[in-house]
Amino acid sequence: MLLARVIGTVVASHKDPRLEGKKLLICRPVNIDGGDESGYLVAVDTVSAGAGETVLVVQGSSARMSAGCEDKPVDAAIVGIVDQISKD
Amino acid sequence: MYLGDVIGRVVSTAKNETLDGRILLLVRRLSDQRTVVAIDSVGAGTGERVYVCRGKESSFAFLPDRAPSDATIVGIVDRVGNVTVGNVSVGDVDSAKGAEAVS
Repeated sequence: MLLARVIGTVVASHKDPRLEGKKLLICRPVNIDGGDESGYLVAVDTVSAGAGETVLVVQGSSARMSAGCEDKPVDAAIVGIVDQISKD
Repeated sequence: MYLGDVIGRVVSTAKNETLDGRILLLVRRLSDQRTVVAIDSVGAGTGERVYVCRGKESSFAFLPDRAPSDATIVGIVDRVGNVTVGNVSVGDVDSAKGAEAVS
């Protein structure tokens, strides 16, 4: 899973009917120190994350295993809001 | 699957219900030193060398439960054969616990 920061939202009114009611967020991958990495991805939110929060993003078909994404055309899902990262 | 070192953990309270009770660990991949978040299925801890299964198959480690995992720690490495991964020498693979987890 990726650590990422929510940097924006995507609005799409014309979409696959199975995505109706799903919030789409733009996420930028970050490293464990919070620094930005390159690129971004659009992920379906399953945990009510908000802008600026560090989140956990699961990619690929595993994203469909998360509650709320079953049998939906989803390949990236936000499955957690990160409280703390501890590096030992 | 790939080898990595557990370097820390991630705490998340607000998470998808399918992740309840799962332990999230930071794993630094040996081949390219990138850090990923993996779900632990074998009781690994910081400082241990582990092998990680990626892709959808990684969620099979939690069957019959559903777990949205794209990286799961499925074994703790006891010994690695004399192998070089990229330009990193990973020394001397034998993991009884991993074999148990995979079988």
